[in-house]
Amino acid sequence: MADDPAKDTGPVAPTGPGKTPASGQEAAPGKPAPPSGAAPVATPPARPAPKPAAGPPPPAVPTGPPDPPPPEGQSPPAFLAALASALPGSVTQLSYYVGDWTVIVPAAKILDIARYLRDAPEAAFDLCSDVTVTDWPPRPERFDVIYVLYSVRQRHRVRLKTKVALDQPVPSVTSIWPAANWLEREVFDMFGVMFTGHPDLRRILMPEDWQGHPQRKDYPLEGPGELLMENPIDWLKLRQSRDEADIE
Amino acid sequence: MTETRAGAVTPAVHHGAMFDTNELVLNMGPQHPSTHGVLRVVLRLDGEKVVDADVVIGYLHRGIEKLSENRNWTQIILLTDRMDYVAAATNNVGYCETVEKLLSIEVPRRARYVRTILCELQRIASHCLWLGTHAMDIGAMTVFLYAFRERELILDLFEEFCGARLTYNSMRIGGLPLDIPSGWDRKVLEFCRIMDSKILEYEELLTHNRIWLERTKGIGVIDGPEAVAIGLSGPALRGSGVPRDVRKDEPYAAYDELEFDVPIGAVGDTYDRYLVRMEEFRQSLRLIRQATEGLPEGPIVGKVPRLIKPPAGETYHAIESPKGELGYFIVSDGKSTNPYRFRVRPPSFCNLQGLPRLVRGHLVADVVALIGSLDIVLGEVDR
Amino acid sequence: MIDLFIIPLLKIAIVLNATLVGVTYMVLLERKVIAWAQSRLGPMRVGPHGILQPVADALKLMIKEDITPVRVDRWVFTAAPIISMVPALIVYAVIPFGPEVTLFGRQVTLYITDINVGLLYVVSVASVGVYGIILAGYASNSKYPLLASLRASAQLISYEVAVTLTLVSVILVAGTLSMVGIVRAQEEAGVWFAFIQPLAFGIFFIGGLAETNRAPFDLPEAEQELTGGFHTEYSGMRFALFFLAEYANVIVVSSVATTLFLGGWLRPFPSVDALAFLDIVPSWTWFLLKSFVFLYVFVWIRATLPRYRYDQLMRLGWKVLIPLAIVNLVVTGFIRLMVL
Repeated sequence: MADDPAKDTGPVAPTGPGKTPASGQEAAPGKPAPPSGAAPVATPPARPAPKPAAGPPPPAVPTGPPDPPPPEGQSPPAFLAALASALPGSVTQLSYYVGDWTVIVPAAKILDIARYLRDAPEAAFDLCSDVTVTDWPPRPERFDVIYVLYSVRQRHRVRLKTKVALDQPVPSVTSIWPAANWLEREVFDMFGVMFTGHPDLRRILMPEDWQGHPQRKDYPLEGPGELLMENPIDWLKLRQSRDEADIE
Repeated sequence: MTETRAGAVTPAVHHGAMFDTNELVLNMGPQHPSTHGVLRVVLRLDGEKVVDADVVIGYLHRGIEKLSENRNWTQIILLTDRMDYVAAATNNVGYCETVEKLLSIEVPRRARYVRTILCELQRIASHCLWLGTHAMDIGAMTVFLYAFRERELILDLFEEFCGARLTYNSMRIGGLPLDIPSGWDRKVLEFCRIMDSKILEYEELLTHNRIWLERTKGIGVIDGPEAVAIGLSGPALRGSGVPRDVRKDEPYAAYDELEFDVPIGAVGDTYDRYLVRMEEFRQSLRLIRQATEGLPEGPIVGKVPRLIKPPAGETYHAIESPKGELGYFIVSDGKSTNPYRFRVRPPSFCNLQGLPRLVRGHLVADVVALIGSLDIVLGEVDR
Repeated sequence: MIDLFIIPLLKIAIVLNATLVGVTYMVLLERKVIAWAQSRLGPMRVGPHGILQPVADALKLMIKEDITPVRVDRWVFTAAPIISMVPALIVYAVIPFGPEVTLFGRQVTLYITDINVGLLYVVSVASVGVYGIILAGYASNSKYPLLASLRASAQLISYEVAVTLTLVSVILVAGTLSMVGIVRAQEEAGVWFAFIQPLAFGIFFIGGLAETNRAPFDLPEAEQELTGGFHTEYSGMRFALFFLAEYANVIVVSSVATTLFLGGWLRPFPSVDALAFLDIVPSWTWFLLKSFVFLYVFVWIRATLPRYRYDQLMRLGWKVLIPLAIVNLVVTGFIRLMVL
């Protein structure tokens, strides 16, 4: 638990489901995959941690989200069991935290699972709210691709999560939810995750000829600085020649 | 159209010769009197009909998501203001609620009610701006001034509450930083009384105006299932007949204790979206009246640890901003005082995605009407 | 000699100056009226209540840098605003401000001239103004102005037809093409033509709005659509000329409407003797008052109504106004034949 022992007055509400990831409750048949990395072990600092100021002692680098499994009383919604039975091997892990259900799935099966979740009547996830990525650098499967889905008819929500490594492409769900088009473009722009089958994968927020993927953890906050504008004159000439080629 | 090699991508649209045999490529923006900010739309025209539109964004990208990874949890509230700067308090509320969900803190009832009042005031302010700019794009310039006159009243209320007119920083994790000043609730009720008659004024000018009807009926029709598939949310989605409202489906703040209706359109054209938002004015006033009159006593901020460090975990929480479903996906690693990942699901971004689909087959003059009808704020689109 | 040269020259000088001043003050009128409609005040600083604002505007535009883009057609570029402005001014040669009055012992007519095809002259000269717009767009050598000028010219030509048809109905009723003759005909009939030909009046008014590119028909110059329309590339004095040409056209349409439909210089109810006390107001004042009412309505409409889209505008002109004008003409013809 990452409470600060010396400072806080304690959070009020019960802390909800247990946070130890390694407990054995798996709700789905299929291979019980080991949790994807030990939960960040909170070594309490030897002295009271100062208020957020410059240079706190660097904590252990987090290696992945703790995906806590659902506690005893919570049974997963029916569509998850149905999903696991309709597509065996699809559910790697099931997680429940502060009221959200998360399903961890293998990257190769994303399209089938997505199609099932959209079409199955008890799931009916027709609104793809968000597609995003979290970058956990020390892990070999570095990126956590997350799909947040909502069903307008059944009024429930679920999150899908996949783990991919650097340079590993992910099938695009644009054919299933057109809403994912720009969302995946942004993920590509910011993190460099390639989506196969995307109709128009190009940068969306950064300029088209930008090098690098800004929101990765190893990309500096201040930007690449001189690395990009190595020789501004050459860059200008390149742009000029491109403009001239455009005007016929 | 493009090659998708990782990294280098060639620009997808050529600005071709001025007199192509069939199609003309017209560039709207990024500096344009009515693209609501730095938005660039590259239109391919066949005469006056739009064959295709390519929306280019990113001119206002400030890297808020990456910046947030270097700010502590309370400092991020400042950054969230600047996304949807037209309705900043809703961004604050969404963020604070997500962190409160991570921390499993309970917000006291009074704070929830005041948050609801502020959110609904923002909804009215945002819709005022929408109405003014949308009407001005279509040519009715007087409505712009009238709508801003009402927005001024709301901004005055906010200035009295937290000292700022546009970017409020008016929420804290666990509640609000200050209680409402004395007499503020009377002023809010007075504003509601004034606003009722002003809504009638706007409707008189526009709702049954022949020219307005001709400019907005049948423009940008999209039906319910397709709107959901393409990711629309908020009034843009409700105009197409889909009864989706986060305030009703996943209630937050004080919405589960208050009564209100969610207006829904029929056809899914610009006129329906206009009617939905006009009715939302009235429903917001209803909510504000209920919340102000029934404001409970109590603390204004819950029990929050002095140093905010949510335990390791991640969550997604959505609220209904005036533009649509505003979602926050926050990952905490439990150790540092900054979030590990801060992601905003911007409603304007996802709504703007639908613009090429809406605009196809219409005339150039309708493009502007449709951008207005989708109600986007570039600060949110680009972050 | 005096009658032949001096007096007409004086009249021309007065009318031209008055028109130009009127055009510049029309700008102020528009800004003020639209501001009051929008619950604000408009220009207030230059002179008491902004009265001297047009002077400031004119000065500013005259000393502004005249930017001529490189690839324009130089002569046409310069000529276009002149071609726009001049026809609006020379229409005033036939507009009657009043009947004959006695000034300094002479009989002087309050109009520059009265040719017996006055209305035809008005229509033809006003049509020449369209060339200015077309040439401006062509000469600018750029996409936006070209599109806008083509649209504007198409719009103007379409509404010309409707307007001219209504004018023909007026001629049928009045029996003469001369402008003074039309006013005299209203005097004889004892009632303004607006009451005899209400449909023609309405069509003329709407057509007049469209002819002068005023809201709700101002798509060709709507900022929001095409960033300035056909005068995007113009700056300085040339831009000022376009600007003024538009307002000059508005005043021309108002004057013509006053002459044809509102009785020109006649007082209200010219045949009712009980109202003869109104005759202390000079005839040209009545004329100016009536024109002013038109100007005000033009501005009022601009402040209130949204804008028509281009295809809707054309549809209105061709499918609604022209058939109505034709019907009006036919009915007027029948009535004239049968009754009179």
